[in-house]
Amino acid sequence: MSTPAPPGPGPAASGTSTASYAVPRDVLLWEIFLTFLFIGAVSFGGGVVAYLRAELVLKKRWLDEEHFLSALGIAQALPGLNATNMSIIVGDRLRGVAGAIIAFLGMTLPGGTMVLVLGVLYASNAHNPYVNATLIGVGAAAVGMLSAVTLQIGRKQLGSLIDITIIAVTVLMVSVLHISLLWVLLTVGPAAVLIYRPRRQDGATGPEPSA
Amino acid sequence: MNENLSVLGVFALLSVLAVGGGAAVLPETKALVVESHHWLTDDQFRDIYGLGQVVPGPNMLMVIVIGYHVTGYIGALLAFLGFFVPAGLISWGASRVWDHFEGSPWRRSLQRGMAPMVVGLMAAGTISIARTAIDGALTIAIAIAVFAGVYFVKRVNPALLVLGGGLVGLAFLS
Repeated sequence: MSTPAPPGPGPAASGTSTASYAVPRDVLLWEIFLTFLFIGAVSFGGGVVAYLRAELVLKKRWLDEEHFLSALGIAQALPGLNATNMSIIVGDRLRGVAGAIIAFLGMTLPGGTMVLVLGVLYASNAHNPYVNATLIGVGAAAVGMLSAVTLQIGRKQLGSLIDITIIAVTVLMVSVLHISLLWVLLTVGPAAVLIYRPRRQDGATGPEPSA
Repeated sequence: MNENLSVLGVFALLSVLAVGGGAAVLPETKALVVESHHWLTDDQFRDIYGLGQVVPGPNMLMVIVIGYHVTGYIGALLAFLGFFVPAGLISWGASRVWDHFEGSPWRRSLQRGMAPMVVGLMAAGTISIARTAIDGALTIAIAIAVFAGVYFVKRVNPALLVLGGGLVGLAFLS
């Protein structure tokens, strides 16, 4: 491909050249399964992407930084969770459909089994005051964590008035007006992409509709 | 049984709507599960969301527990398949054609435009859980402490903070 790659992503790319990189094609299926099973079993507290990067890019070197970010871009722009979308995309690149399925199962099996066990226990202890008290604490903690993660991801956007407006309109539609998510996606999504549509004069992505 | 089909349908719909990930689809999940179908109460929804927080992997694996509450183990399986398979197929297909748009300026526009919307959806997800989970001084204190821990102390494992919140709840509320 003739993509003029922008200069390296931020600090210290540890000297590994990305130019001559190719996705390995001979990775064994069980190795894919075990790798994703490991990530699925240790990635506590959300933030699965950080664990994925540590294993796939830094440890196994199945992907370089650029391929990883490209896969992440797809995972984020499409429906579904980053963690499972990423495992499907990476599994597919390594070993096709079988790799995708194996990676997905590895990623979801540990957490899925554990949450089911907890869910069955919860159903039979629904009125236990200790269980309720603990889960009230966990729920409050989850709010703190979600706010922190949202702010971490959104911090970059808070410097732009247009981005702040898009964020505010989205929150208003969902949280205040209770408009169905489908309509939010169908209105805010295209509008936001149009605002950032490609400009004829290169460079400047800053919107300044000279209608 | 019809209820099984409803579980599959609801979670398949949520799957294709889940642009921006789990937190982004939380308000819609709550609206469908609690308000439209009355499968769970507000408090049960909060509790089950909490269960998703203490296991590894994606938090939204908690859909399995919601399915279990509706029709048992079959519901659990259907919720899992419904929530993960449609979006998975879309990702799989898109990743195969995505590279053809490598040089397209619209690809950048798409990513650039979606980013703030996703942040807005995540904020709405946070608000949706907060409405049930925050109900007094203690829950506010727990939320602020965990926020500070995750946001300012990068080295700490978020799961430990969530479990810590559970222990504080156990100590003070039971």
